Amino acid sequence: MQNEDVWLVVPLYNEAAVIADVVGEARTVFPNIVCVDDGSRDDSADLAERAGATVVRHPINLGQGAALQTGFEFALGDPAMRYVVTYDADGQHQVHDVEVMVERIRRGDVRVVFGSRFLDERTEASASKRLVLRAAVAYTNATTGTRLTDAHNGLRVLHRDVVEKLDITQNRMAHASEIVAQIGSMRFAGAKVAYAEEPVHILYTDYSKAKGQSLWNAVNILSELIWR
Amino acid sequence: MSRQSAIQILLILATLVIAWRLLAGTGQRTQAVRRLGLLLLLGLVAYSIIDPSKTWTNLARALGVGRGADLILYGLAVAFLGFVVTTYKRFRAMEVRYTRLARRIALDEAPRAYDRVKSTGSPDTLTGDVPPSPSVKAADAD
Repeated sequence: MQNEDVWLVVPLYNEAAVIADVVGEARTVFPNIVCVDDGSRDDSADLAERAGATVVRHPINLGQGAALQTGFEFALGDPAMRYVVTYDADGQHQVHDVEVMVERIRRGDVRVVFGSRFLDERTEASASKRLVLRAAVAYTNATTGTRLTDAHNGLRVLHRDVVEKLDITQNRMAHASEIVAQIGSMRFAGAKVAYAEEPVHILYTDYSKAKGQSLWNAVNILSELIWR
Repeated sequence: MSRQSAIQILLILATLVIAWRLLAGTGQRTQAVRRLGLLLLLGLVAYSIIDPSKTWTNLARALGVGRGADLILYGLAVAFLGFVVTTYKRFRAMEVRYTRLARRIALDEAPRAYDRVKSTGSPDTLTGDVPPSPSVKAADAD
């Protein structure tokens, strides 16, 4: 089967309504999926397991950033793993976008592929959401020495070398900027990490909107970043 | 009067910076300095109990502050800020530690990646009421 060397890392927290479909759909292309259950109070973990994902269970709720790091360390346990994909559990990502991103990284000239909502016009975000995301990107670019168009996108493909060096300590929301910052300061034989961006389509369904973060969260993210 | 309050603002700013640098650090020296400061404060408190008439007010005057009570208030504000900063730092450090612990537990209890990939050639192995724990234990045994 193709993509045996790819692991999808899915942080999972109270997504029982959609997780079985999300895992089932992704498994048609990517056989290796690890869901890191972050202390869900519903039966998300069991549903994910039945849908064919490997489930790692946090004994207590730690946050999405912590779940990603756990997923990374789990995936590193598979010696055949070459690429890790970070993927959201709420069904807002498209499997096809991941396929394109994995094809991109397989060309071998970059070690990281970031998904971006703003490279084409497919994603329909509200004006206020756009503004907040743009501000977050501006802040991240200014502080990390990277040039991205969308820093808070959950969809990324990372080469094994990069995953080995990542150490996310921001358990809650600021982990997205932390990942970018760590990749920005990473050096392989003295050279910066080459990265690319691919356009992705984020599907803001009523479900994901209802679960989505309020704009107030931008304040929380910013303060977590400054007060680290 | 206005010149005096300007001095006060400068004093407070300077103290804030010092407090930040002192209290935010976790090294041996900052800890020792903090303890010495506490000892000094205790001595001053004891002295002001013995001679309550003008101790704080005299000290305040020497620093360009009007009353002793004001000086104590400023001191408390700075101390509280320091407390907030140290507490935040300690909580962060503790969070990092218990996260590592919880992650270790989670990974130890999880089926290992490469075992799992081989054992689930067909996803049907996990359907039904069979709990996955026996296979996990078997994987851990070797």
